[in-house]
Amino acid sequence: MEYFLTEEQKTIKSLARRIAEEKILPVRAELDEKEEFPWAIIKDLADADMFRVFIPEEYEGLGGGCLELCLVVEELSRVCGGVATTYAVNALGSYTLIEYGTEEQKRKYLPDIAAGKRLTAFAISEATAGSDASAIKMTADKVEGGYLLNGTKQFITNAGEAELYTVIVLTDKTRGARGASAIFVEKDTPGFTFGKKEKKMGIRASATGELVFRNCLVPQENLIGKEGLGFIQALRLFDRSRPGIGAQAVGIAQGALEMAVDYAQQRVQFDHPIITQPVVQDMLAEMAIQTEAARALVYAAARMVDSGARKITEESAMAKVFASDVAMRVTTDALQVCGGTGYMKDYPVEKMMRDAKITQIYEGANQILRNAIAVELRKRKAKTE
Amino acid sequence: MNVVVCLKQVPGTTQVKIDLETNTLIREGIENIINPFDTYAIEEGVRLRERFGGKVTVISMGPTQAEAALREAISLGADKGVLLSDAAFAGADTLATTYTISAAIKRFCNFDLILCGNETIDSGTSQVGPQLAEFLNIPHVTNVGAIDHMDEKELIVVRSLDRGYMKIRVSLPALITVNRSINEPRFPTVANILEVADKQIITYDLNDIGIMREQTGLIGSPTRMASMYESKERRSCTILQGAPGEIAKEAVTKLKQAHVI
Repeated sequence: MEYFLTEEQKTIKSLARRIAEEKILPVRAELDEKEEFPWAIIKDLADADMFRVFIPEEYEGLGGGCLELCLVVEELSRVCGGVATTYAVNALGSYTLIEYGTEEQKRKYLPDIAAGKRLTAFAISEATAGSDASAIKMTADKVEGGYLLNGTKQFITNAGEAELYTVIVLTDKTRGARGASAIFVEKDTPGFTFGKKEKKMGIRASATGELVFRNCLVPQENLIGKEGLGFIQALRLFDRSRPGIGAQAVGIAQGALEMAVDYAQQRVQFDHPIITQPVVQDMLAEMAIQTEAARALVYAAARMVDSGARKITEESAMAKVFASDVAMRVTTDALQVCGGTGYMKDYPVEKMMRDAKITQIYEGANQILRNAIAVELRKRKAKTE
Repeated sequence: MNVVVCLKQVPGTTQVKIDLETNTLIREGIENIINPFDTYAIEEGVRLRERFGGKVTVISMGPTQAEAALREAISLGADKGVLLSDAAFAGADTLATTYTISAAIKRFCNFDLILCGNETIDSGTSQVGPQLAEFLNIPHVTNVGAIDHMDEKELIVVRSLDRGYMKIRVSLPALITVNRSINEPRFPTVANILEVADKQIITYDLNDIGIMREQTGLIGSPTRMASMYESKERRSCTILQGAPGEIAKEAVTKLKQAHVI
């Protein structure tokens, strides 16, 4: 399908594909097996400007938006969903700063992020606050010299590997979600340590773990935006980042589809390649249709985000939900086409299926997002009545 | 330290088909790439420039589409691209090619060192580097896997051999051809790719270089292509049965019949 990308977008996409094929493909199975953080690949991505893609030009970025980020994420995910997660979460950890940070904060951090010298992470989830993000308990008490942070964040991508963390905390416990604020914390701040590193089903090249704060003092100037706006900032951030999860899902689905077509072409049963079987053709065609439809929706949502439109919750949720469900279905069917071989760890399709699952869960479980879409439908209906 | 890197644009596949009527390679629909060995030469040139200063000039002889390869080399860090292009150059063998390139280098390039890939993936003669050095009357070393030392006057290079290696001291100006162990080429950056998209590549033709038509292209090439064919991989398998001694005898007989031994 022709998506009428600009020269710059095409360049970004094809360079990301080249890095994925030359650098990630040869090691993806090993990274997955060993749950190894892909530092060498991070360096290659950084050297090729990939971390500049989502940073504004004033701060040494390329000034791209959601669509450019999606193109990179899609291409990396086509080869490895785990490496793509590690990369993409840097945008998540930077957006709040880009959007609400002061000039001074941006000058201090964004050029290093753009150069890939310092990785970032975003932390909102806690043991009791997953889909219900407003249930966070971590506190930041105003003290002399700044804020005293206490609490534990859970399931945080890039935990321990990133150097810069955007953390959503309660600066006012009495006000619930309205007392939440976004605070920037640097690694190695006293009182900030890392807890358990999780062992995961998929995206195993990415690091997921706990952030533990015990009387961690951060200076006042690390507050991003205003106190009390943290929850709204987070919701807005996810509206902008969800097409990226969609792009990850599209990439994983694309990778699985290609594997399935390759296999079906090679695998001979009953004297013919199995791709000559109508039942297999039907599966492959359906996978291709679903993947392309998901891509179209993701790109459209990303373009809407980049247009600066304010109400994007519904569209961005649609892109994430649809694409992630497609990724799960396509990887499952790709494995089915590959049969017993597909089920074996020597073949990459089972990894793709494991990697796909998380896209239905993180950055808003698909059920929660369907709720959000339905809420918009009801609101619109109410307006016309 | 001024470095000239020679590069060739080649078909990006090993699955090239031959047009049996014209005896030429079918290039339509096949993406062209920089000869992979040459990317190591570019990287080494850029690294030397980063250490010693100076300029890296990439030079290629070929049709105008080879501009893309030169642009890519610039996106990888080279300073300038020079294309030698003229219908009169077509059909050149390695002798005519190196004569043409050497004449252009003499006329247009200031250099301390010339870097070439050890071979190309399309014709694979490994002749261009050494012949170029002969035309330029400078020393050369082939199959270099590392540069151990370099100063303004000389360099010490490590030449890979089948078993082991050889360290060679060579005075500058010189030409070396490099293999894959010399470095790991970097990726271009997005910004560089976009920047070079509309960069002018300097093109020189026969008259600019100032050589005679008879010395280049097909007429200037003593090599004649007798024929060209697609080699078909024909394998047949025979399983011999019987006592080990008999099988061995039969195997030897068959191998002799097939002129293998």
